[in-house]
Amino acid sequence: MNSIFSMGLYGYYVWSSFALAVIVLLICYIRAKVHFRKNIKTVEENIKRLNQKK
Amino acid sequence: MWKFIHKLSSPPYFFDFAKRIIPWLLIIGILQLIIGVISGLFFAPADYQQGDAFRIIYVHVPAAYLSIMIYTIMAAASFVGLIWRIKLAHTVSISAAPVGAWLTFLALLTGSIWGRPMWGTWWEWGDPRLTSELIMFFLYIGFIALHSSVDDLKKADKAGAILILVGAINVPIIHFSVEWWSSLHQGPTLFRADGPSIDPSMLYPLVLMILGFCFYFCALILIRIRGEILYRQQNTNWVRNLIERENYE
Repeated sequence: MNSIFSMGLYGYYVWSSFALAVIVLLICYIRAKVHFRKNIKTVEENIKRLNQKK
Repeated sequence: MWKFIHKLSSPPYFFDFAKRIIPWLLIIGILQLIIGVISGLFFAPADYQQGDAFRIIYVHVPAAYLSIMIYTIMAAASFVGLIWRIKLAHTVSISAAPVGAWLTFLALLTGSIWGRPMWGTWWEWGDPRLTSELIMFFLYIGFIALHSSVDDLKKADKAGAILILVGAINVPIIHFSVEWWSSLHQGPTLFRADGPSIDPSMLYPLVLMILGFCFYFCALILIRIRGEILYRQQNTNWVRNLIERENYE
């Protein structure tokens, strides 16, 4: 078990690289979702404003 | 085939098509990533020269490969957008740019982490591969900054497309830099004329990781494109009907 974590003394480099990859994967997913929701909200508000003007 | 591609250039059709394929891309991508990580970390043998440090390849290469692929797609989309003025083309560019920038950042960071135990340094300014990849990161950031700094969307699209097309010269430089100049970075492993130079037991997890990254980030770019389509098409009837029906997700 220890050898898996130590990775022949390269554990620090290997595990930190994989951790970074997971963080980037999550950040990109969250940012894509937030971008989509934000755009929907903006469009909703603009349409509401237009309807009120009418 | 052409009929399908022609249909895809229609924003309402693309919006609906993307909605249907995003969950599948995510599921397939995540499954490939899980299997790729497990086999890459625990089943692939250690490299005879680099030992276990070589396992960084399973995140570094997919990130670097995709960062170049996304830039190439953006260049093609910019070209199509400028020449044929297809509305969706610029939407693809602006949606893919942040994902490309994050992947380039990941490739640079994991490359630097890998370089420390192998080359004895985190960064080498004189190295053509490292420097050209860094230039691509700046091109991504520059494109996003330029696009967001221009208020008129059409002008922003045009200016961004020109920047991306000019920067496309960097793509072959990144790819061939290790062959044209002497570099600390190792030569091509996968895309060689005489086939991959890596043992199949190490190659299969790498292919899985590359495919997993492709599927996963393709889904994320499609999510962004859907949001961008809604924003750009907000004055059209189909978007109004969609928002009023509250059936957009």
